[in-house]
Amino acid sequence: MNLLASLVDGLLIGFVYGIAAMGLTLIWGVMNVINLAHGPLIALGMFGVYLITTALGVNPYIALILVALVGLASGVLIYAVAIQRVINAPHLSTLLATFAINMIIIGLGTKVFSTSPYTIDFSLGSISIGPITILGTRLVAALAAVIVTGSLYLFLYRTRPGKYVRAVANNRAAAELMGIPSSRILALSFGIGTLLAATAGGLIATFFPFTILAGGAYELKSFVIGVLGGLGNPLGALAGGLVLGMLEGVIPAFLPNTWVPVLEFLLFVLILLVRPSGLFGAKR
Amino acid sequence: MKDRPSFASEAITAEREASVKLGLLRRSPGLWLTLAIALVVGLYPALTGNVAVREVVFTMLLSVALASSLNILLGYTGYVSFGHVVFFGLGGYVGMFLLSRGMGLWLAAPAGGLASGVLAFLLGKAILRLRGAYFALATIGINEAMRAFINNFAPFGGPTGISLNFQIYTGYGGAGQALWLTYYVLLGLAIVSLVLSYLVKTSKFGLGLMAIREDEDAAEVMGVITPNAKTWAYILSAIIPGIVGALFFFKNGNIEPNDAFRLHFSIEMLVMVMLGGQGTVLGPMLGAAGYQGLRGFLVTSPLFKDVQLAVAGGLLLLIVLFIPAGAVGWLRQHFPRLRALLP
Repeated sequence: MNLLASLVDGLLIGFVYGIAAMGLTLIWGVMNVINLAHGPLIALGMFGVYLITTALGVNPYIALILVALVGLASGVLIYAVAIQRVINAPHLSTLLATFAINMIIIGLGTKVFSTSPYTIDFSLGSISIGPITILGTRLVAALAAVIVTGSLYLFLYRTRPGKYVRAVANNRAAAELMGIPSSRILALSFGIGTLLAATAGGLIATFFPFTILAGGAYELKSFVIGVLGGLGNPLGALAGGLVLGMLEGVIPAFLPNTWVPVLEFLLFVLILLVRPSGLFGAKR
Repeated sequence: MKDRPSFASEAITAEREASVKLGLLRRSPGLWLTLAIALVVGLYPALTGNVAVREVVFTMLLSVALASSLNILLGYTGYVSFGHVVFFGLGGYVGMFLLSRGMGLWLAAPAGGLASGVLAFLLGKAILRLRGAYFALATIGINEAMRAFINNFAPFGGPTGISLNFQIYTGYGGAGQALWLTYYVLLGLAIVSLVLSYLVKTSKFGLGLMAIREDEDAAEVMGVITPNAKTWAYILSAIIPGIVGALFFFKNGNIEPNDAFRLHFSIEMLVMVMLGGQGTVLGPMLGAAGYQGLRGFLVTSPLFKDVQLAVAGGLLLLIVLFIPAGAVGWLRQHFPRLRALLP
C-alpha cells in the first residue's frame, strides 16, 4: 500500500515535471536550441511566486498567473537580446548564449537571494482516500499542469499563431516563403517555453523548499523527460514527465533512494541509443 | 553547416602546404610560438618561487590541458561533448583509489588516464553514432549517471569520497615539495596536450576528423572510416583529462562525487574552447588562460566579487554575439597572413 501511495505522489509530481520539460522541448523543437537557461528560469518562477505572495499577500495561484505573464515577456526579451543574432550560427553559439544567460541569472540571483533555502508558507490541507494521502497543493499543481498542457495543445492546434509555430518548427524556410513572420514566431516560442519553465517552478515552490540553484536539478530532469517523450514533441513531454515521476515513486520501494538518479540517467542514455526519437515519437 | 568558415580547406592551405619539405622549426612557427607562451607563463612562478602566482597558473594550466584535449573532439571533429568532465572525474577517482592503496603517483596518474581512455573507448562506438544535440545530451546523461553511481559505490567511498592520509606526501619530499611536483607535471601535461593537438591537426587522421566535422556523410564516402576515427578522437580527448584529474585530486587531498563530476565545469571547458577559437591549437590555450584569469580577477575585485558570475556571463554573451569564431578564429579570419603563426 505504501507503494501505491508513493506511486500516486510520483505521478502527481510527474505532471509538473512534464510542463517543465515541455518548455525545454518546445524551444528545442521549434528552433533547435538547447536552452541552458532553463533551470535558472524555473528558479526565477519559484522566486517570482514567493515574492508576489509574500509582498502582496495574495494567493500563490494568482501570483502564478502573473509569473507566467512575466515569464512570457522575459522569454521574448531573452530571445531578442541573446538568441536572435546567433540562431543561424552553428550549434555551440546558441548553447553558449543561453549558458551566458544562465550565468547572469544565477549570478544576480545569488547576490539578491543568497543560496539559502526559501519556502512559501501555504497549505491546502490534504485528502485521504483509503491508505493514500494526497497533499492539496500537489493535486492542484497536477490539475494546473493538465490545464496548461490542454491550453498549449489548443494554442498549437487551434489558433493561427499556434499553427505558425508548428509550421516554423516543421520547416522554417518554407514557413517564411508562406509569409509567416518567422522571427516573431521564434520569439513567441521562446517566450512560451520560458512561461512553461516559470510556471513549473512556481508550482513546485508551493510544496517544496527551493534555492536559486534549485532549477538545475529540474533542468536535468527536463532533459531526461524531453528525450523520453521525444525531443521537440511538447505533448510527449507530459507523458515523459509521468513516466519519470512514476519511476521516482516506485524505485525507492526496491532500492535505496540514492539509486534513483543512476537508473534515471542510465535509462536516459539507453533511450538515446536505442530509440532516439523517444517513447512517443520526436518531431521529424 | 554553410555558415561555418571552412577550417578544413584552410588547414590544408596554411599548414600542410608549408609542411611538405621544411624542417620542423620552420614549418610550424605557430606551434613553437604556442609552446613558448606556455613555457614562459608556466615557468614564471618557478623562477620567482611565488606560491600565490603558482596557484593561479596551476588553475590556468589545468584548464589549458582540459580545453586543449576537449578541442580534439569539439573543434576538430565537431562533436559537442557536454559531459567531458566525466573523464576528469573518473581519472581522479581511479588515481585516488590507487594512491590511497599505497601506489605511487607515477603509476596512479597514468592509471587514471588509462581508465578514462578505456571508458571513452567503451562509450565511443555506442554514443558517437548519435549526432548533434543527441550526442551532447548523451554525454550529459553519462556524466550524471556516473556521478550518481559513484555516489553509491562503496569502494570509492560513496558520497564522502576518498581522502588521502597526509603522510602520503612525505614520500614526495613533504607537502610543499609535492605541490611543486604536481605543478611541474601539470605543466608537462599542458605542453603534451598542445603538441598532441598540433600533431592531430596536421596529420592525415586530423584531416579525416575535420572532414567529419564539415560533412560526416561526405567524409565517409571519401573513405574516412568515420566510426573508428571518431572513437580515436574521443579516446585521445579523454586520456589527458584523466591524468589531470588524478593529479588535481592528489594535490587536493580528497575527492567527492560532486567535485569530480561537476557539470558546470564541463560547460566551462566548452566556454574556454569557444572563447579562444574552436578547431585551433592556440585558441583553447588562450581561451582557458583568459577565462581563468578573468575569473580570478572578478572573484578578487572588490567591485565585482559579489556579481562575478553575472559579469562573466555578460562578457561571454557579448563575445558569443559579436566574435562567434573566438579570439584566434577571428584573428585568422581577419589577418590571413598570420595564419601560420596562429595554428
